[in-house]
Amino acid sequence: MEEKVKIRVENLYKVFGRNPARAVDMVKKGISKEEILKKSKLAVGVADATFNVYEGETVVVMGLSGSGKSTLIRCVNRLMEPTAGRVIVDDVDVTALDANGLRDIRRKKFGMVFQSFALFPHKTVVENVEFGLEVQDVDPEVRRKKAEDALKLVGLSGWGDYLPENLSGGMKQRVGLARALAIDPDILLMDEAFSALDPLIRTDMQDELLALESRVKKTILFITHDLDEALKMGDRIVLMKDGKIVQIGTPEEILSKPANEYVERFVENVDITKVLTAQDVMKRPTPVAFVKDGPRTALRKMKEAGLSGIFVVRQNHELVGHVTADRAAQAAKDEEKWLDGITNADEVSSVPMDEPVRQIFPLVAENGNPVAVVDGDNILKGVIVRGSVLAALAERGEE
Amino acid sequence: MNVPKIPLGAGIEAILNFLTNALSPLTRAFSNGVELGIEGIVTGLSLVPPIILIVALALLAWKLAGYKIAIFAIIGLLFIWNLRLWDPTLSTLALVLIATFLAMVLGIPLGILAGLYDPFHKFVTPILDFMQTMPAFVYLIPAIPFFGLGPVAAVFATIIFAIPPAIRLTALGIRQIDVEMIEASEAFGTTTMQKLRKVQLPLALPTIMAGVNQTIMLSLSMVVIAAMIGAGGLGGEVWRAIQRLRPGQGFEAGLAVVIIAMLLDRITQSITKRNRADSV
Repeated sequence: MEEKVKIRVENLYKVFGRNPARAVDMVKKGISKEEILKKSKLAVGVADATFNVYEGETVVVMGLSGSGKSTLIRCVNRLMEPTAGRVIVDDVDVTALDANGLRDIRRKKFGMVFQSFALFPHKTVVENVEFGLEVQDVDPEVRRKKAEDALKLVGLSGWGDYLPENLSGGMKQRVGLARALAIDPDILLMDEAFSALDPLIRTDMQDELLALESRVKKTILFITHDLDEALKMGDRIVLMKDGKIVQIGTPEEILSKPANEYVERFVENVDITKVLTAQDVMKRPTPVAFVKDGPRTALRKMKEAGLSGIFVVRQNHELVGHVTADRAAQAAKDEEKWLDGITNADEVSSVPMDEPVRQIFPLVAENGNPVAVVDGDNILKGVIVRGSVLAALAERGEE
Repeated sequence: MNVPKIPLGAGIEAILNFLTNALSPLTRAFSNGVELGIEGIVTGLSLVPPIILIVALALLAWKLAGYKIAIFAIIGLLFIWNLRLWDPTLSTLALVLIATFLAMVLGIPLGILAGLYDPFHKFVTPILDFMQTMPAFVYLIPAIPFFGLGPVAAVFATIIFAIPPAIRLTALGIRQIDVEMIEASEAFGTTTMQKLRKVQLPLALPTIMAGVNQTIMLSLSMVVIAAMIGAGGLGGEVWRAIQRLRPGQGFEAGLAVVIIAMLLDRITQSITKRNRADSV
């Protein structure tokens, strides 16, 4: 990527316990987390984490509880003090800042959203949202205005005077998000922000954050233990286990090329049909019949490939329709010259390349005919037959 | 075997003697201040006709704690007045107010420190345990060499006796705040003072108020006991009744103490509850 690096995490370590620096050397020597705990009573939270977050990107740090993901995000704005390593935000070494510098960067650059919302119960919704500005001694009228704007952004205009206790979980987290957005930070740190919400609300919030993101262009570091959520939200995913980063990659890379057995096992549980799209499971569209091929040529092509039907395209591979072997044979008998007359456009289902597999299933199951995958100009890019979807799923299930 | 007794008592007396001399400017200042305060309050209150004061107190109770407590205040206070115990009640109230005020002024900041800094918390906890398990009477004795017999010594002993819950519950209130609240505050770049003022103290307030309530109740009980060193007030009436073997008189004064205790307790508790309702 040619974009600017927004957050650079370099060889970051966080060890809990007395005299924690000892454990860093032990990790470097390759001693496992358990052994370190047994030997020295030191708990390794994060070990040697290195990754970049580019400007405008959403990076999801994913792992099970105890994998160090929450510790990692807290090291980025130093709610926890890293034991070793560096965090660099916009060329500023956050790990080297003094108390004043740290306070300043927290006020300007980071908006943080918490798992259990962490709204202040003694403050109204709007007072919560303006907290970050209040801390910066922003003029009361200005900060009230900004807070109202942030509430509007998350769809909670008019709720400002309520107390958080009167709000539902989903609404509370919207307030949490508004509080983070009110200071107009470059970076959103989201610590399991949607994990405490029930599934429907959660999906809503995910969709809204995605929509919001495209409007207000923020760099987002998102923590979750839910791979489905990670795949949905992340431009890239950082997978953690036992404090170490196991794999970094796009959702597709994680799914299709799991770096090791651990990632594979993780990936197994994902509902792949939600993630895979038409282009992931389609086959090359060969052979195809051209419109000016006669029925006999079409029949020969089918016979050679062992097909019972064939897609008919124009010279530029624009999709025209589908011809079955039966009908081609009939046309040959009738001495039809072109395929035009016998090509059936209605029977063909075509889908765009990014169509989720979930949506394609019923089409394939319905009429046994293959499904055409086309691009925006209706050019045939691939075909999906029932077998290829199942094969793609089975392949990933077995690995 | 005849092991000689460890001269603990003698040692402590020596230390007290030394302190009495060394601290005499300080104790004198404290003594003057407290005496002035007590006299001020008592004279001030006794200038007001009892009936007006009763109505005013009932109105205050109404505002702070609702009409039931207000009715109880009117009946209870009229009853005390009728028993001819109005003046000793005023001086007991004055002692309680001053002792509580000073215990809070000292105790809440100490509690905040103990809430924020672990080492101080570890240092202060055993001292508080010690202070709370030591029999209350014992505090009366060192109060005498410092301040002589009288209400000032009583206030001093009362502060020592009543301060632990103020410290303890303030510290507890701060320590039990959800970690995420603190993180949320810090993540937005609060200074230590901003965090304390805008987040920690408001969230700890219900617990702090529970501590204040306990401090007031302990003050009241100690002020009665402190009659033994000349505190006067309702305790003085009880003490006199004991010495003269007049159980009836003692019972009357005791009842007045109960009424005052209930009033103070209900009023401070409802302040606590209201705070809690506002903040949770």
